[in-house]
Amino acid sequence: MKLSREEVIHIATIYRLGLSEEDIEKAREQISNILENFEILKEVDTTNVPPTAQSINLQNIMRDDVPHPSLPMEEVLANAPAREEDFFKLRPVLE
Amino acid sequence: MTDLYNLTIHEAHELLTTKKLSSVELTQACLARVKKVEPGVRAMVTLTEETAIQQAREADKRIAEGKVTPLTGIPALIKDNMCTKGIRTTCSSKILETFIPPYNATVVEKLTAAGMVLIGKTNLDEFAMGSSTENSALFTTHNPWDLERVPGGSSGGSAAGVAAGEALYALGSDTGGSVRQPAGFCNVVGLKPTYGRVSRYGLVAFASSLDQIGPFTKDALDCALVMNAISGHDPNDSTSVPEPVPDYTHGLTGDLKGMKIGIPKEYFVKGMQVEVDSAIKAAIKKLKELGAQVDWEVSLPHTPHALAVYYIIAPSEASANLARYDGSKYGYSYKETDNMWEAMEKTRQYGFGAEVKRRIMLGTYALSAGYYDAYYLKAQKVRTLIRREFEAAFEKYDALVTPTSPTVPFKIGEKADDPLQMYLSDVCTLPINIAGVPGISIPAGFANGLPIGMQIIGKPFSEPTLFKISHAYQQVTDWHKKRPPV
Repeated sequence: MKLSREEVIHIATIYRLGLSEEDIEKAREQISNILENFEILKEVDTTNVPPTAQSINLQNIMRDDVPHPSLPMEEVLANAPAREEDFFKLRPVLE
Repeated sequence: MTDLYNLTIHEAHELLTTKKLSSVELTQACLARVKKVEPGVRAMVTLTEETAIQQAREADKRIAEGKVTPLTGIPALIKDNMCTKGIRTTCSSKILETFIPPYNATVVEKLTAAGMVLIGKTNLDEFAMGSSTENSALFTTHNPWDLERVPGGSSGGSAAGVAAGEALYALGSDTGGSVRQPAGFCNVVGLKPTYGRVSRYGLVAFASSLDQIGPFTKDALDCALVMNAISGHDPNDSTSVPEPVPDYTHGLTGDLKGMKIGIPKEYFVKGMQVEVDSAIKAAIKKLKELGAQVDWEVSLPHTPHALAVYYIIAPSEASANLARYDGSKYGYSYKETDNMWEAMEKTRQYGFGAEVKRRIMLGTYALSAGYYDAYYLKAQKVRTLIRREFEAAFEKYDALVTPTSPTVPFKIGEKADDPLQMYLSDVCTLPINIAGVPGISIPAGFANGLPIGMQIIGKPFSEPTLFKISHAYQQVTDWHKKRPPV
């Protein structure tokens, strides 16, 4: 089963990942091939087996809500692709 | 005397504290070594020469004042996916090529406090996704044992750098074998600690339920020394475990009497290289001679499913983690448009390399409506079965021993166009991340001049057992003392 062009574009779109024409063709080929190899999991009986999300027994780590200094504004904003005053400058979200 | 850059941490520490050597001299020896080997090996993304000399001077002052830890004044390398304040941290990705972290990762903070001399930041497969460093968007690192071959990955730069003597130890990160496999390929020691043992604060996230930071060193004792410095609970990482940290250098007696070791037969896979098979079996016989009881008939029947489990869970988590790279707060940003969605899509299209995009697509697919149960949830359930198998095995055995990788280092380019073949390189290491248990790779022989690694696996928090076995083996073998021809 090879993924259709539409399926590949759908996945890329829900992630907001841009793909070139070449990327799309490669993805169809390679991802389909990888997914085929995952079929092996179907043969495992997992009736009544709970899922494992992580391997340690810690849960709900809480801490006291104590204020502490944040990272220095200038050092953080130094990495910003665009800034205005003390803010990240973004493109309009609503047209 | 041996070349300074060939010293272990404990040997250098002895010379430093008895004033036979200064940290500045040791650092300059490593920097000279960098100049000599780096054109061929290319382990480093960023060389931090000035920082190194300055830290070495400070270390010499501390040594003179008697304020010494075993790592004071010792040159080190850090994989370029751990944040270093004021020093760019690229993840070997175009998207972070100019990123300068405003803070240190906890491990960097701890090593700095212990007196680290930072020589540089090392190359990796982009975002730690790969097994050869060929997925680095910057350049490929070469194996010091044969420059036409890969050093392994993803922490290939750290492994190659330590093997070539560019520093005395390094840190890497291991999500499916990214410390152990390159350690095996470069003939150094590499540890993937128990999940939660070492803080990941400041480690750029790849797959959060699998990632763990671990050391590369020349022997087991050095590995224990680095683990003493970096282990422990960190309030900044809620997945770090508040278990006390033992002194990992204790119990290195050289004796394995009473130790029960199991050999899981599924790890001696079809397609495994004959020389690897015989080297590991010879190494296991050595462990027996040291007093261990060896059971050759252990079975972990779900091992063949681990690859599929891993390549569903890791890309799924990666697709969530990498969603933060949208070109708005830091990193590369596509500027040729005023449209927000187009900017985000193009930022990722040009910022991420082929393997990263492939895994994002796989992960997004596995998590998407209609496929979640069949892929992601199914993989999580099989993960439970794999964990249980390990738990059952560790009721009977103190440790399991396997090859680290089914082959010796392969040629650069050999697997670059075939992702599945590349994934198979980690077939022996990734079940260990799935189970969250610790694993170490130690040098165990050569085939035609190329290194072979042996993996020792233990139950959660049994790092002392792994060090005990590794150290005992290194008392009666000298594979770990062999240095590459570069």
